[in-house]
Amino acid sequence: MKAVGIILSNIHDKNIPELTKVRSIASVPYGGRYRLIDFTLSNMVNSGITKVGVITKSNYQSLMDHVGSGKEWDLVRKNGGLFILPPFSDNSDNLYETRLQALNGVMNFLERCEEEIVVLSDSNIVCNMDLDAVIQKHVDAKADITCIYKKMTVCDTSYTVTSIKVDADDNVVDIASAKPSECTEVNAVVNLWVINRTMLIALIKDTLSREPKADFNLDVIGKNLGKIKVIGYEFDGYLAWITSLAKYYECNMELLEKDVRDELFNKKYKAIYTKVKDSAPTSYRSGAKVKNSFIADGCVIDGIVENSIISRGVTIGRGCVIKNSIILQDSIIMDNVNLNCVITDKDVVISSGKVLSGCEEMPFFLGKGTRV
Amino acid sequence: MLTKKECVAMLLAGGQGSRLYALTNQVAKPAVEFGAKNRIIDFPLSNCTNSGIDTVGVLTQYQPLVLNEYIGNGQPWDMDRTFGGVHVLPPYQGKKKSDWYKGTANAIYQNLSFIDRYQPEYVLILSGDHIYKMDYDAMLQDHKKNNADCTIAVLPVPMEEASRFGIMSMNAENRITEFEEKPKQPKSNLASMGIYIFTYSVLKQYLIDDENDPNSENDFGKNIIVNMLKDGKKLCGHRFEGYWKDVGTIKSLWEANMDLLGEKPNFDIFDTKQKIYARNAGDPPQYVGANACIQNSIIGSGVEIDGTVINSVIGSGVKIEEGAIVRDSVIFSNVVIKKNAMVELTIIDEETEIGCNAVVGATGKKGDICVVARNEKIADNTVIPAGTMYDSLNGGAK
Repeated sequence: MKAVGIILSNIHDKNIPELTKVRSIASVPYGGRYRLIDFTLSNMVNSGITKVGVITKSNYQSLMDHVGSGKEWDLVRKNGGLFILPPFSDNSDNLYETRLQALNGVMNFLERCEEEIVVLSDSNIVCNMDLDAVIQKHVDAKADITCIYKKMTVCDTSYTVTSIKVDADDNVVDIASAKPSECTEVNAVVNLWVINRTMLIALIKDTLSREPKADFNLDVIGKNLGKIKVIGYEFDGYLAWITSLAKYYECNMELLEKDVRDELFNKKYKAIYTKVKDSAPTSYRSGAKVKNSFIADGCVIDGIVENSIISRGVTIGRGCVIKNSIILQDSIIMDNVNLNCVITDKDVVISSGKVLSGCEEMPFFLGKGTRV
Repeated sequence: MLTKKECVAMLLAGGQGSRLYALTNQVAKPAVEFGAKNRIIDFPLSNCTNSGIDTVGVLTQYQPLVLNEYIGNGQPWDMDRTFGGVHVLPPYQGKKKSDWYKGTANAIYQNLSFIDRYQPEYVLILSGDHIYKMDYDAMLQDHKKNNADCTIAVLPVPMEEASRFGIMSMNAENRITEFEEKPKQPKSNLASMGIYIFTYSVLKQYLIDDENDPNSENDFGKNIIVNMLKDGKKLCGHRFEGYWKDVGTIKSLWEANMDLLGEKPNFDIFDTKQKIYARNAGDPPQYVGANACIQNSIIGSGVEIDGTVINSVIGSGVKIEEGAIVRDSVIFSNVVIKKNAMVELTIIDEETEIGCNAVVGATGKKGDICVVARNEKIADNTVIPAGTMYDSLNGGAK
C-alpha cells in the first residue's frame, strides 16, 4: 500500500539547546557527515516512500540548505517528492507547540494526499530501519495505528519517556508517560508511527476540537485505545535516540563500534544519503597518528586523533592531541592543541597551544563559529 | 530560456587506453579511477562546470558501459540541464552508412548535427585522459580578444622532454607560427595540452573538407591544425601555468596520484574554490582502527583501515585489515587487502581481493609498477613480483 512520509523537524529542539540554537533538531550534524534528518529521510526512501513532507517551525534555514530540492534522496519527482511545509498560522505569533497542532497546520497537505498510509516520524532518531516491514505488518493486522517501540533501559530522570504495554497479539493495551525515578526497562515509544491517513485526519480534528494542547501519544492514542486498533512494532535493531547533549555525545561515540557502523551504514541497498559536498579525500600528513576514529572527507590531519568523530573539512594541525571528541564541519584546530571530551560546533577555530577538556558525562561544548 | 549556447565542449573519450593495460580491460580510459574519489573524466567535466560551460558532448566508442552509467544524467557535475547538459555520443548507424570514429576529427565530424542544435559560436575540444584544473573561460576570452580561428592551450615543458609532445612555436603576439608533432629537435618548449577552442564556423568547414580528403588520418593535431596553419588561419596559443598531466601510461597515472600527496602537493585538489565533482556512492565516513597507522596518504570515504598505509592513495570502500602494509601504492575502490598482506608500488583495480600474507610488488626488481586487474581474487600467500601486470582474463601474470 502506498505511504506518504511526514517528518517533524523541530519537535525536540529544546532537548539540545546547544546545537539547536542555530538550527532545527533535524539538521543537527551527526556521525561525521550526516544531519539527523538523513536517517529518517533515507529510511523512508529506502522503503519505497517517494513523497515526504517535512514540517518546519523555526530556524529552518540550515535544514532547507541541507535537503535542498531533495535530489540526494532521489526525491525530485513529478509525482510526490519532497515538500517543505513551513508553519501555517492565521496569527504569526501563534506557531504550533504540539505535534498535533503541527499536523493540523499541514491539514491541506494531508487531505490532498492520495496515499492511504502516513509514516509519521520525529527527527531525533538514528537507525537504519526497514519501514516497509512495519507497513506490511500494519496492513496485515488491519491496524489503524502502529506504534514503533524499542525495549530500552532508561536512566535519564529529566526526560519524559512514553512507553506502551502490548498483549500477546501486539495490541497496545496501555500507553503512559513518566520521568523515570530510577533506571527502568520500558517499551519506549520512539515517536515513529504508521497511521491510516483518513483515520489520522479524523483523529486530529476530533481531538483538537476538544483539547487544543492535546498530546499525540496520550490523548490521540491513549484515549482511543479500545476504539481503534493500535498495535506495537518492536524494533530490535540499533537505534540511537538523541534526547540531550550527553546522549548526543554518547551515541556519536557508539559509531566507533563495528556492529553499530555495520548496522547503520553497511546494509545492502539501504545506504544513508546526505548532501554531497564534493570534498576532496582526507589527507593524512606525516604527523598523523589516528586510532579508533570515524573521519569524514575533506579533512587534513597532521596530529594525534583517538576515539573521535571528525566531520567533513576539518583541519587538525601538527602536534595536536584530540581524544574522545566530536569536531564538526570545517572547524580548524591549529598546531599543538590538546582536546579531550570536547564537542566543537561548525566553523570553530582553536588557536595553537590551547588545552580544553570536558568529561564524558558533560562534554565541553563550543558553539558555532567560536574562536578560542 | 536561451536557445543557443556561446560555447559547447566536445570531450574525446573514445580512446582504448591500451597503455594502461589491465586497467582498461573493462572500462574506457576516462572511467579509470583517480585520486581516491574521482575518475579521470571528472577533471575535464568539473573544469567545464567551473568555467560556466554547461553543454558537453562525450564521444565514446570503447567499453562505454561503465562510463555511460557514471555520467548518467550529469547531475553530479550540475549538467542535468533542460537545454544543454552532458550527452554521451557513441558512433551511430546512419541511413546510408555507419562508421566507427576513425579519428578525433572524424568523431567531431560525425556529431556536427549535435553541435548545430546549440548554434554555438565556439567549440571547445577536450581529452578524457588529462589531470588538471583549468579555467576554460579565461581561454575563451583570450580567443575572442585575439579574434582567433583556433586557440590551443600550451604548457611549458622541460626542453629535454619536449620531443614527447606536440610542440608549438609562437611569436610575440602568442600567434602560433609552427606546429610539430613529437619533433626530434624541438624549436620551443611549449607543448600542446590537447585542448582547443575553435570558432565553430571555421572548424565546421575544416571538418567537412577533412572528411572529403581520402588521405587524411582525421586527426586534430595531424590534419586539422596543420591544414589551418598552411592556409594562414589565425591560431593562437593560450599559456597555462599549473599542474597538467597526461595519464595515458601506468607510470604517469601512478605519478599523478603520488602528486596528490605531501605537505605541499604538486597538484592541489584540496582547494575548495575549484572543486572536482564526482558521482557519489553514499559511503559513510572512513573508520580508522586501533591498530592503524596512516601517513602521508589520502583516503576516500567508506574505507576501513586497521593496517599500515604509507605514501598511498586509497579509494572509497577499501578495507585494509590488521597487519597489512600498503606502501607507495594506488588502491581503487572496494578493494580488500587481508591480514598481513603486503602491497608495494602497485596499482590495484576496483573490487579486487588480496589474500592474507600475499606479497604484491615487493619482491624482485624494484622500481617497476605492479598492476592487479579488477575483480581478481589473489589467494592467500601468493607472491606477485614487482612490475607484474596481473590479469587472469589474459593469462595471469605478465
